[in-house]
Amino acid sequence: MTKRLVTALLGLGALTAVSSATLAQDTIKIAYIDPLSGPGATVGEVGLKTFQFLADELNAKGGAAGKKFEILPFDNKTNPQESLIQVQKAVDAGARIITQGNGSSVAAALADWVSKYNDRNPGKEVLYLNYAAVDPVLTNDKCTYAHFRWDANSDIKMEALTNYMKTKPDIKKVYLINQDYSFGQAVRTAAVSMLKAKRPDVQIVGDELHPLLKVTDFAPYIAKIKAAGADTVITGNWSQDFALLLKAAADAGLQANWFTYYAGGTGGPTAVKQTNLNHRVFAIVEGDANVDYAPSRATEKAFRDKFNNTTIFYPRAFNQMRMLAAAINKANSTEYAKVGAALEDMKFEVFNGGEGFMRKDDHQFFQPMYVASLGDRSAAEPFDEEGTTWGWRTVAKIDTKDTMLPTTCKMTRP
Amino acid sequence: MAELVLISTLNGVLFGLLLFLMASGLTLIFSMMGVLNFAHASFYMLGAFVGYQIARWAGFWPALILAPIVVGLAGAAVERFGLRNVHKNGHVAELLFTFGLAFVIEEVVQIVWGKSPVDFRVPTLLDFPAFTIFSTNYPAYKLFMLAISIAIFVALFAMLTRTRIGLIVQAALTHPHMVAHLGHNVPLIFMSVFGVGAALAGIAGVIAGPALVTQASMAALLGPILFVVVVVGGLGSLQGALAASLLIGLLQTFAVSMNLSLSDIFVNSGFSPNPKSVLGDLWRVTIAQIAPVLPYMLLVLVLIFKPTGLFGNRET
Repeated sequence: MTKRLVTALLGLGALTAVSSATLAQDTIKIAYIDPLSGPGATVGEVGLKTFQFLADELNAKGGAAGKKFEILPFDNKTNPQESLIQVQKAVDAGARIITQGNGSSVAAALADWVSKYNDRNPGKEVLYLNYAAVDPVLTNDKCTYAHFRWDANSDIKMEALTNYMKTKPDIKKVYLINQDYSFGQAVRTAAVSMLKAKRPDVQIVGDELHPLLKVTDFAPYIAKIKAAGADTVITGNWSQDFALLLKAAADAGLQANWFTYYAGGTGGPTAVKQTNLNHRVFAIVEGDANVDYAPSRATEKAFRDKFNNTTIFYPRAFNQMRMLAAAINKANSTEYAKVGAALEDMKFEVFNGGEGFMRKDDHQFFQPMYVASLGDRSAAEPFDEEGTTWGWRTVAKIDTKDTMLPTTCKMTRP
Repeated sequence: MAELVLISTLNGVLFGLLLFLMASGLTLIFSMMGVLNFAHASFYMLGAFVGYQIARWAGFWPALILAPIVVGLAGAAVERFGLRNVHKNGHVAELLFTFGLAFVIEEVVQIVWGKSPVDFRVPTLLDFPAFTIFSTNYPAYKLFMLAISIAIFVALFAMLTRTRIGLIVQAALTHPHMVAHLGHNVPLIFMSVFGVGAALAGIAGVIAGPALVTQASMAALLGPILFVVVVVGGLGSLQGALAASLLIGLLQTFAVSMNLSLSDIFVNSGFSPNPKSVLGDLWRVTIAQIAPVLPYMLLVLVLIFKPTGLFGNRET
């Protein structure tokens, strides 16, 4: 009974979203399908702000091919089934481009739905722009033509991270702790094989998987890390799984270096500051606020002024939307096949400077990557994170060519 | 080995008592009023946020006193203006009411404080390692948590079993009319009990807020495990809730430290399923990996074999 009531209410909410969307005529509608309620909402909200900011930025320059961009938000609660309902609603509302990022399980479901939909509805095809779901399989065994990914997949990030780690001889004992689902397993598998190849002397003293977003007390995991004598921990954890893990580490006084994927995520810097691990928590990113590049710093400032000091967590979303506009302009059309063709092999000056390109073979974007550490700021680092006074410092830049990995993708083209 | 056992025991006890701190209000409301309060974890979250706000203005210690009072008053108001009217429609209506209330509180908190975690800090007075065992620190704040849990248990237990208030409250649950005829204000008793239960959740929130992450989803994270504590301990039994909290804390902590899987146990059997198959996955899954699921397994087993819970005398 309550369940039905909840569904009815949700339906009502979606209806209002649809009716307000149909009022606007002839815009380029981009459906943003990500969590806007529930535990994932903290990140979903930041993503939505980013895309709305980008639509405004592009519209101020006249949009693309004479049309303005419009972002339609859809709440998927980080749930694959819910996402399929929402994507149907998005398409019914006239969106021919969807974007999503949170959760590789959601991304897999969406990619599958979109490719089936495109087969069955020629002339109405949907383009799927993925800005943050990093399971490598999406640009390998399960790649499709409709799917383009701007975030480096987890193998690319690990490739870049291990290329940095191999230059650090003081890393001797590594502990892996990851969330038990496709992404966490991908991180762990890549870490094991790449460390073995690049640093055979490094000992992997632990390889832990814990349930996703269910652990409240990480103290026992920290006890295990300590007992193993690790000097370095690698984790793909995000959101509360990251914050609670670091808090438990701080409580127990664990002195180790942390190599992470998402220390910069919402709540991450706050937790890092509480641990007092000054410049000992590293993140592999495609850019951060303090990268010394004037255009990105100016945008960062504008973004923070507009959104109450929220940091730009998704430089990749900027690359994605700006490239989409460029592709639509180049094709002078919003037609699926033309835009897709224009995006393939497109070279682009990325948000934090340097050249990236969209590989045609698997629709994976390659770009310069950075290893950054969080801690005290020098005079050259203007931005802090989440009001903690700590900010990012670039410790290494990995060029685009050093992030390239082969793909097994064999896609069918329209 | 001794090191891991000792540290796991300590971690387990600390986590268990934190669970008890959060479950005590829930078990109080259930045992005294018969209301299974789905919104309990939301009061806990509210306590954390109100505590954070007061701590920013006046420091942690005033927050520890004031926030539970605010949350308790909110709880009392909910009972007076909401639950009391719903009560006459029976338990299902009450359950649905608190279920809805949980969503309302979460939304309100998100509107006021946003969806991102807030920076709620441990007070500097308690921000030091209390002692060190095998090079692992135990922060003073965790010991403070432990002390508060025990104090709450002793105070509640004494009040319910050793004082007149406890007697009247207990009688009001089973014989409300008789108690009313004896001249006691039964609705006021119910309102106070609900208020105190909510205030206990508020205390738990203020204390757990700095130790865990203070964000709007913290209620959803802890809600389910609190029900496990209450049901395993025996619905409405305070001692049961304490025992169940410790049991779950220790069970989970020890399970995490064990890397044993079926393939290790039957290592000499020569049986080795394909690692890509479902059986292969089951064969290699370690106890550590299933640790957080164990409390729920315990819940199912208890409901099957001892529906009254470990210490309870009432069926669920």
